[in-house]
Amino acid sequence: MKTPVLSRYARNFQSISLEEQESLASARVCVVGLGGLGGGVVEMLTRIGVGTLDLVDGDCFDETNLNRQLLSSEKDLGVPKAQVARERVVAINSTVNVNAFNAFLNRENAQEIMGNAQVVVDCLDSIAHRFLLQELAQTQNIPLVSGAIAGTAGQVTVIYPGDLGFQLIYGDSDDNKGSGIEQQLGNLAHCALLVASLQSSEVIKVLLGWGEILRNRLLICDLMTNSFEVMQLV
Amino acid sequence: MISIDLNLFATLRAFLPDAPKTMTVSQGTCVMDLVTTIGIPEEDVKLIFINGKRELLSYVLKDNDRVGIFPPVGGG
Repeated sequence: MKTPVLSRYARNFQSISLEEQESLASARVCVVGLGGLGGGVVEMLTRIGVGTLDLVDGDCFDETNLNRQLLSSEKDLGVPKAQVARERVVAINSTVNVNAFNAFLNRENAQEIMGNAQVVVDCLDSIAHRFLLQELAQTQNIPLVSGAIAGTAGQVTVIYPGDLGFQLIYGDSDDNKGSGIEQQLGNLAHCALLVASLQSSEVIKVLLGWGEILRNRLLICDLMTNSFEVMQLV
Repeated sequence: MISIDLNLFATLRAFLPDAPKTMTVSQGTCVMDLVTTIGIPEEDVKLIFINGKRELLSYVLKDNDRVGIFPPVGGG
């Protein structure tokens, strides 16, 4: 088990025991999608001390990302998101092992990219790709923490191998247009980072066996009405 | 008549911008009937929760049910 740098995590220790911090240092998490959600998740998992991060995105940053994506900046327009994510992780916490993949996840590369992770985090931006990611995570027998946003609304759930998962949320994959109401509402920084925080919390809870996991449940929030509800999916 | 508590989320709020949260419907009304009455296109209804539990469009409403209707959310 890796021994974390104690002073770095001094403010963690009232909430996280040394043994738990060591568990996090030994943990490996794969973040798929490094945009609005993924940038926030990478930042938080790096700071809390997850030991190994596998970061996946085949896109480069463009100007439309600047309104919300934590990893984006004017100097990095045109630069691969995976490359910027790696640099950010190393700058924050050099004790984290980071593997950056400038690629889109598919059936051919899934084993190599996410096969060693204990948790996969769904930070994608389309419903169609989420169904594929669920299939890949379930094939690899890895729990999936999923978040999605549109305007001021967001949702989070946790899908384990064997669960119906997205079928309970979106119906049959064939019935979906590929995208949701984010096509009408766009995506906002504060909502993206809120949902990224909720996802990061679920990742930590899964890794440490803490609290109530959102398995077979969907947390739905709407910032316009300040409503936060946890719905039972089965 | 029965009374229900209706919550429409995100884009669906536009269908009932000024409505009170509580509304009355006839006995035997199902969620599909309610969606049709309000005028929400069926393809915009992705999730239906009754009293915090997922249900289908065919669910027959009961007095004091808390109804939540959600559109598909997929952005990141």
